[in-house]
Amino acid sequence: MTIPPRLRRALARLRRDILFIAAGVPLHLVSPLLFTWAGILLARTLAATSSNAPAILPAPLALLVVAGYGLTETQRWRFRALCGVDLPRLRFTEKKRQFGYNWLVGPLLGVLEALLLALAAAGLAAVLILVWIWAIPWQWRIEHPGYATRATLVTLLGLAALAAVPALAAGLVRLENIVGRAVLGVSWADELAQRVEDLTESRAGAVDAADAERRRIERDLHDGAQQRLVSLALNLGLAKATLTDLSPAAREAIEAAHREAKEAIEELNSLVRGLHPAVLDELGLDAALSGLAARAPLPVRLRVDLPERAGTAVEGVAYFVVSEALTNVAKHAREATRADVTVTRLGGILRVVIADDGMGGADPARGTGLRGLVQRVRSVDGTFWMSSPVGGPTMMSVELPCPM
Amino acid sequence: MPDVKRAVIAEDSVLLRIGLVKVVEMAGFEVAAEAGDAQGLLTAVAAHRPDVAVVDVRMPPDFTDEGVRAALAIRREWPATAVLLLSQYVEERYAADLLAANTGGVGYLLKQRVADVEEFIEALRRVAAGGTALDPQVVAQLLVRRASDPLERLTGREREVLALMAEGRSNAGIAAQLVVSESAVAKHINSILAKLDLPKADADHRRVLAVLHFLGVGG
Repeated sequence: MTIPPRLRRALARLRRDILFIAAGVPLHLVSPLLFTWAGILLARTLAATSSNAPAILPAPLALLVVAGYGLTETQRWRFRALCGVDLPRLRFTEKKRQFGYNWLVGPLLGVLEALLLALAAAGLAAVLILVWIWAIPWQWRIEHPGYATRATLVTLLGLAALAAVPALAAGLVRLENIVGRAVLGVSWADELAQRVEDLTESRAGAVDAADAERRRIERDLHDGAQQRLVSLALNLGLAKATLTDLSPAAREAIEAAHREAKEAIEELNSLVRGLHPAVLDELGLDAALSGLAARAPLPVRLRVDLPERAGTAVEGVAYFVVSEALTNVAKHAREATRADVTVTRLGGILRVVIADDGMGGADPARGTGLRGLVQRVRSVDGTFWMSSPVGGPTMMSVELPCPM
Repeated sequence: MPDVKRAVIAEDSVLLRIGLVKVVEMAGFEVAAEAGDAQGLLTAVAAHRPDVAVVDVRMPPDFTDEGVRAALAIRREWPATAVLLLSQYVEERYAADLLAANTGGVGYLLKQRVADVEEFIEALRRVAAGGTALDPQVVAQLLVRRASDPLERLTGREREVLALMAEGRSNAGIAAQLVVSESAVAKHINSILAKLDLPKADADHRRVLAVLHFLGVGG
């Protein structure tokens, strides 16, 4: 005989529900039993009827505390193994929820579970009443139910009870899931908070990794290409200075090579400066910014007021901001004759303000320079503000959080 | 015995050290010793008492400011030895430290300046003779700090002259750089000193120090 798949699934579900409920009864009833024990001991202590009750009383109380925590883990196992629901591991500090479930909600659920199991058992017994009637020796029977009417009625009642069991069991499992998740699970807000924490952490990791990478590239360039280029330019310079009896063409070739070597050094230097200059790590923001300001093609007034060094990530972003902003001023700010860079620290905020007296009209939505700048500011949770009305002046303010 | 000036070179990159030796020899110095780190430099200076030490700032073991610290130690212990520092980047605070204790005998240039051999040789000779040689970039950074008050009164040309003075150049050097006559330079300098309220001084390096002091560096 083959069992139809629907029935097989229903039977599997019923089996799982009954197992889940049956496992719940002892777990949920541990606490009430311990409470009862403690209550009895307390009553005896108060009534002074037992001399050793006060000595034993701490035992159930201690067990209750152990149960308050320990049962949570067991319940997690029950939900995971029998329902496939993974409740999060609760922290030790979340006492309210653990004790609330194990001491109060759990026992109520335990009563429902016991009632359901009792209903199933009673139903089974009632269905089999005719078997009892025949199988049990007559002298043990309490009374003789009428074969036709009362026994049939009991059988029907039993059948009805059994028929109700699957639905009731499924309902109870659903209820347990809702209650379990509500009390032991994680709320939406907690889940989001956790997610935000994870993302913040991983983003900080990504920012740090990018910083480390920039630093590594800087060091490699310094140790390799830069030294070689300086050496090359030096040798060409020596050739230029010492070889006096060259043909004009050869002299011209050497001079051109010398010039290009020097330009290559400059280009490489400016590339490194845009990445992560060594001075930033070694001497901090103030020193690095003065180098930037001095190189700008227009006069820059620099004011840096930092009592101590900010974090490396923040220093890197602040440096990049000024670098990009000054590049932008030089490139786009029409008729700008000067720029002001001010770096101050206000509590936990590092504030960078760059202003120029050009004709304004800058738009952060256009131009990759400004967009890259905004992205890097946001990567450390900074804020960007800009005002650039047509006709000028342009002012840009960046605030970067930096822990004290 | 002809009075040949002697030099010690400290540079951790072998490639550059070879080049530096050639340039220093071309400037008429005898290279008494070469070193690859700060400790080796101090030992060499103690042993040879050279007229000038050419020192890379970034050297082993930490690759930060070993050269600056060694230079300060040399100026303190052996004041007769001038120091010319070469660096990947220049930092005006280092210049301030170097110029604070002693007058003259100090140079601070970007490493890449060695490629301009003639100019570098001139700076080296100036430093060995007790003068100063500051990189234009250092001076520019000093001006960024002092971009205010009396400096605003200077004309563009006067600013150029001031920067060249701060680098440690003589009147003739400034005149050559700007392609003007020496008397024109002298006129600019008088005007600058008057506007900045600085004392007139004849010796080049005294004047340099006055300018640097005005820019917030040195004693």
